Amino acid sequence: MALLAALGLALLVVAPPSAQAAAIKPVRWVTKSGIDVLFVERHSLPTVHLQLLIKAGGALDPKGREGTANLAASLLDEGTDSRSSQQIAEAVDFIGASLSASASPESTVISLNVLKKDLKAGMELFSDVLLHPAFPEEELKRVRQQIIGGLIAEEDEPEAVAHKAWQELVYGTHPFHHPTEGYRESLPAITREELIAFHHRYYQPRLAIVAVVGDLTRKEVERLLADHLGQWKNSDQQAPPTVPAPNPTAPQTKLIDKELTQSTIILGHLGLSRNHPDYYAVSVMNYILGGGGFSSRLMKQIRDNQGLVYGLSSGFHAMKAGGSFSIDLQTKNATANQALAETMKVIGQFQADGATQQELDEAKAYLIGSFPLRMDTNAKLVGLLTSLEFYNLGLGYLNDYPKKIAAVTLADVKRVAARYIRPDQMTMVVVAKQSEAKIASPKGGS
Amino acid sequence: MNRPSVLPFRFVVWFWLLLLPAAAAAAPPFSATLENGLTVYILEEPKAPVATIQVWYHVGGRNELSGRTGLAHLLEHMMFKGTTNHGKGEYSRLIAKNGGTENAFTANDETVYFSNLASDRTELGLELEADRMANLLLDPKEAMLERDVVKEERRMRTDDDPQSLLVETGYALAFLAHPYGRPVIGWMEDISRLTRDDMAAFYHRYYTPNNATLVVVGDVSAKRLMPVIQRTFGSIPSRPVAFDPITPEQPQLGERRFVLKREAQLPVVFMGYHVPNYSGADAAALEVLGTILSSGKSSRLYRNLVYQQRVALSADGGYDPLSIDPDLFYFYGMAQPGHTHEELEASLDQEIAKLQNELVGDRELQKAKNGLLAGYIFGQDSNFFRAMQIGRTVNVGAGVGYIDSYVPRIQAVTREAVRRAAQQYLVKDHRTVGYLVPLPPSSTPGTPAP
Repeated sequence: MALLAALGLALLVVAPPSAQAAAIKPVRWVTKSGIDVLFVERHSLPTVHLQLLIKAGGALDPKGREGTANLAASLLDEGTDSRSSQQIAEAVDFIGASLSASASPESTVISLNVLKKDLKAGMELFSDVLLHPAFPEEELKRVRQQIIGGLIAEEDEPEAVAHKAWQELVYGTHPFHHPTEGYRESLPAITREELIAFHHRYYQPRLAIVAVVGDLTRKEVERLLADHLGQWKNSDQQAPPTVPAPNPTAPQTKLIDKELTQSTIILGHLGLSRNHPDYYAVSVMNYILGGGGFSSRLMKQIRDNQGLVYGLSSGFHAMKAGGSFSIDLQTKNATANQALAETMKVIGQFQADGATQQELDEAKAYLIGSFPLRMDTNAKLVGLLTSLEFYNLGLGYLNDYPKKIAAVTLADVKRVAARYIRPDQMTMVVVAKQSEAKIASPKGGS
Repeated sequence: MNRPSVLPFRFVVWFWLLLLPAAAAAAPPFSATLENGLTVYILEEPKAPVATIQVWYHVGGRNELSGRTGLAHLLEHMMFKGTTNHGKGEYSRLIAKNGGTENAFTANDETVYFSNLASDRTELGLELEADRMANLLLDPKEAMLERDVVKEERRMRTDDDPQSLLVETGYALAFLAHPYGRPVIGWMEDISRLTRDDMAAFYHRYYTPNNATLVVVGDVSAKRLMPVIQRTFGSIPSRPVAFDPITPEQPQLGERRFVLKREAQLPVVFMGYHVPNYSGADAAALEVLGTILSSGKSSRLYRNLVYQQRVALSADGGYDPLSIDPDLFYFYGMAQPGHTHEELEASLDQEIAKLQNELVGDRELQKAKNGLLAGYIFGQDSNFFRAMQIGRTVNVGAGVGYIDSYVPRIQAVTREAVRRAAQQYLVKDHRTVGYLVPLPPSSTPGTPAP
């Protein structure tokens, strides 16, 4: 097997694979009404993937009405001026399409996946639910009950419970603090009139991005949008909605008791926004610390060398207005304190010593080399296009990303590890059988 | 498609993948068998400069012995712990630093290793797969550490997830003799007792080229790849593989019912009916039946139980024909707050009775077929899913021809065939019904100890 090893070595010189993201050449234009359009022509399948993003989400929910953006999105296909909920469902399913809408803190995304032969029928439904939702009172009651039921069911998912509690503590009064689905208490207060007003205020062509990937030409896409979204008018000229940057809250610890064999632990604090120039250095740094799966220090130390966890990762959740940094792990109740202490030890060492040259090279090689895998299907590509436009990254992003990652240095990694990870500022939530976990002190005795 | 994420063991078994419609192959994949028995399938798909490599070992939870459940899955973990050529964790490190992603999963019928790479790194992926097929270290210390990791995995996926526990119990009761009744992740007590020697014996017995299938899908050329495969895998010696006999499940004589009580929020009902697998004449009719029940917001379970009666928060019924031995057609429902198991079960039963007593409408049948066929086309978007389809059809014995015959088989299903399938298979005597009964929280929120 010496031969095998030698051949292996020859292949393993760290250099980005040759797969070129640049082979994908999106085109962009703006329609008369102000819709920002991105399009990639792909004829390998007789299908069309289309996504429309509205630059408004749960962060714009009025206080006491948390869940408005999500409820509005959920009701789009539950009845329009000319079609009932059941008629829409029947028509979508009959052509084997999928039509869905969902809100996140900063945006709402409506997606249509349809066979090309059924594109016209699919787009008629798509534009009807987007432009003419009726928000019927009876459907509102029903969908609201269903969302509340979902929130109740989620209480059996330790990670969801921990994450919601953590987000509330970390964001304090900032609009990112609440779950996009809202609360059991806030949902009943939302009225049909409020949903109509939300739709009127934010569902406007000038606040929309459309990405299309599939078996079409640019001309066909232009005609498609003219035919189906040409009647869509801007309802006002108010400045686009903005969400303020979050301010740090004081570090806190919250323990939630449940009859569980494992402790689910989340700890962290605010992070940075997607548009921050440090984003790329932070991506490389986090890959080395805990974002890089089996290549990361946290995974190697706490899972591979100590067998304490199955799931463990660190991540920066970067949005437009700001973001967060968290470490998530699960371990049996009896080893909760040990896993926490080990986590803090790894972080401390990483901040003190920084990364090694080899870690840096390998992190960069992964992030650059795996970039094409983030767009190797039409479904992935349409999502990537929508988000790169939403974050104003520009079409050059497909070429720029590898360069920006390649430019990150060891000094950058050390600098951003010190700046964006603050062990003394961490807010922690532990969902566990607390009598067994016996969390000794916040952050594992740091 | 509207499938539950709760059915068995996400990621360990990846049930949701198994339910996806077959992905189409425009041209049949290139296939070859090396002298040592390794079967190779290569599908050239140049649309993006990437490729997927999958090695399917024809062994899984189904081949474990009582008292040693979880062994196939634990060995899967150990395949990342080093060979005589590459140390612990090197496989993952080498794939990652070459821009690839990798993982593996274990199911009843198979253990599968995969990597997704830029197509010019395919050779590296093949080298490393060949290496661990022949030269696994199985270091005793690593084996014991990884056993702890898998116990954490079981706690997370099953023990702390009431819905997973319900399904695990349901399968254990539905299969009294056949190994599909045992969890792929293993019973906790079994996992705790597995030894390094168990893993080594399992590896030497089943990890041979003649008991594996290699699938590559992507921007590759079969002509250029075959010499590489010959060089990397060709020298691995074959060994005869002796499989233990599998106890067939005897026909069920009457309904089996159980109750599972634990801290949870909402009542859940699980029902599993014994049905034939892909080799049965009614497989396509059962697939169409599952689509009529569960696919989309106009499907019967959604429209009637979720939308109209509002007895369920979610409801599903479905079937995957691609198993080596006959498996279950399952139903699964979570009650809306305020509704009971009994109401939910009665509503599910009513839907089944309707399918047995009345023919489905022409348009409804056409809608189900349209949905399955559109799903079939959308499936081609992903190299990974296409490789999965090849691997699965080969692994269960259906053969890749099954993929091409998918469309005509679905098209041929009639309204009468759907009714007959419902009458013949969805009968109470052949089912297992389980209730998850939520217990209230037992204690009050804790505070940090001093």
